[in-house]
Amino acid sequence: MSTVSLPTGTEPGPGAPVVPSAAGRRVGRRWYRQPALMSGLVIIGLIIIAAVAAPLLTSYNPTTQNLTASLLGPSAHHLLGTDQLGRDTFTRLLYGLRVDLRIAFIAVLFPFVLGTVLGSLAGYFGGWVDVIVMRLVDIVVAFPFYVLVIALVFVLGPGERSIYIAITIVGWVSYARIVRGEILVAKRQEYVLAAQSGGLSSLRIMGRHLLPNVISQAFIYAMSDIVQDILAIVTLGYFGLGVPPPTADLGSMINDGQNFLSTHWQLTTIPGLAVVLVGLGLSLIGDGLADILRPGQS
Amino acid sequence: MSEPEGREAPRRRANQEMLTNEQLNPNVLEVEDLRVRIASKRGVVRAVDGVSFEVPRGEALGLVGESGSGKSMTLKAVLGVLPPEAHMASGQVRLDGTDLVRLSQSTLNRVRGPKISMIFQEPMSALNPVMRVGQQISEGPRIHLGYSRARAEERTLDLMRRVGIPDPERRYRAYPHEFSGGMRQRVMIAIALSCEPEIILCDEPTTALDVTIQDQILRLLVRLCQESGVSLVFVTHDLPVVAQVCQQVAVMYGGQIVERGDVHDVLLNPRHPYTLGLVRSAPDVEYVQDSLRPIPGAPPSLIDPPDGCRFHPRCDFAEDDCRTGTVPLRLLDGGRATRCLHYERCGEALAADRAAQGATQ
Repeated sequence: MSTVSLPTGTEPGPGAPVVPSAAGRRVGRRWYRQPALMSGLVIIGLIIIAAVAAPLLTSYNPTTQNLTASLLGPSAHHLLGTDQLGRDTFTRLLYGLRVDLRIAFIAVLFPFVLGTVLGSLAGYFGGWVDVIVMRLVDIVVAFPFYVLVIALVFVLGPGERSIYIAITIVGWVSYARIVRGEILVAKRQEYVLAAQSGGLSSLRIMGRHLLPNVISQAFIYAMSDIVQDILAIVTLGYFGLGVPPPTADLGSMINDGQNFLSTHWQLTTIPGLAVVLVGLGLSLIGDGLADILRPGQS
Repeated sequence: MSEPEGREAPRRRANQEMLTNEQLNPNVLEVEDLRVRIASKRGVVRAVDGVSFEVPRGEALGLVGESGSGKSMTLKAVLGVLPPEAHMASGQVRLDGTDLVRLSQSTLNRVRGPKISMIFQEPMSALNPVMRVGQQISEGPRIHLGYSRARAEERTLDLMRRVGIPDPERRYRAYPHEFSGGMRQRVMIAIALSCEPEIILCDEPTTALDVTIQDQILRLLVRLCQESGVSLVFVTHDLPVVAQVCQQVAVMYGGQIVERGDVHDVLLNPRHPYTLGLVRSAPDVEYVQDSLRPIPGAPPSLIDPPDGCRFHPRCDFAEDDCRTGTVPLRLLDGGRATRCLHYERCGEALAADRAAQGATQ
């Protein structure tokens, strides 16, 4: 574990805060006193810096093979050794994180937007809009998350685009449920009545008055959802349904190293631990944000 | 018809659709036979049961009654913002002669704000907690009057000054929780006035404020409305407030108007035993302590209201004819009306009261 963050520990400057600006305004003055949030931000900040600065941290290319130097152990030249094709494991780890984090951060956006829009419409208008949206939710929820994602990617064919489509189709339902529930409560508030009395259109009331009041719950969920997305992306990579080789990806690295588990355990274990660390960091951020943004806590 | 010089486009459209003649009709608002039903588990609640009133241009009408008498529901029905479980069974709400009940949602949205607006009881919950107050005030002018961002901000700052918010440039960017209760109600008033409406509906606007602030807000409201000729419908259970603000008063009981007339006539010389009860139960420091007389009993069930006069189970003067049939609202001289068959008894009772007070002093 420490091997992952050790090289980046020498990087100057603090971990960049990754609190998006939309929620930043509502984050209380003492957000930095939240231990969970702070440790999560540090972990994810360091990992993001390492992934972004990958070309500066290593001189190897993640896809260049060197069959004369295959399956080497850790050394000064190869911090984490090399795989069966002679590619530097540390380099592939950094580039793999780069790919997986990018896909995960993009993949979480589509279901967030789709689910929030459909959930708002269902909650605000009710009636047949609500019936249609909630029946769609029921259909998706009837299947286990991974089964549906894997089946969809299998049908759509491996690759980044398929991952986005599959995660959107499966992931929007949770956001829709959360936002619908929040809107159902919020629309009974008097400020909504006041907005209606002021002659504002339904769309404006939803977008400008209700959504800013309910979005924090969807945002908190997104922080835990992104953990699930990363695990899904790694799982797909492990099954060979993710980003096609030779591009580095944590899932395919775990799969490749599997055959050498008894002699070169680090090939599988290190990317696995990296996934765990990313998941831990994002969960800590999610918990910390939930504590700050949860209503009734100051 | 619309003004010759023509204002901004949305407002002109609303005026054209309303096809009114503001000069001929002395009343801004006319409500006729308004009935609101609420579906509940125990049956249908007749929250508002045949309420009619009119508000003359530039005047203030008080709607008085205890909790659950249908005052707030009446206001919500007038504005068309009833909660989903309530519905309007019948009635007309004519604003400048146009029946709001029959307008489409989008036409109604052009009327709410520029023609009619509302002030709520709880200024905290009626303001959006995550929106800057400046934005909340300027929203109406931007949408209804077509103002640019800069012009709307200018108007907002002007409104904030008019309602007495100090340092408006700084307060423009503040959130509602940074304001005190009285300041929040000033913000609400600024929002209600922001599109220069003809009439403002006030739902107990000072009930949630403490007494010293109450008086300031009332004076402000009355002054601003007089300055710009805005009419008011003022819902409250506070008789002194009605006397301070309104020219006309309608007393509501059990979803109906039981007495109506000029505010001083009604309060000094009630012609319905319920109004008499309200006047007697209002504390008055000048009189001796036992002058405070509560009305016995509880408000009637609106699911299954009593036969005859709805007030008869609590009424000292009730006779047999009060217990059957329906008692209509009878017009009296001096523009007054009462739903009591034996209203002359109120005058006698009040005379007896005054005689007794004179004797003890």
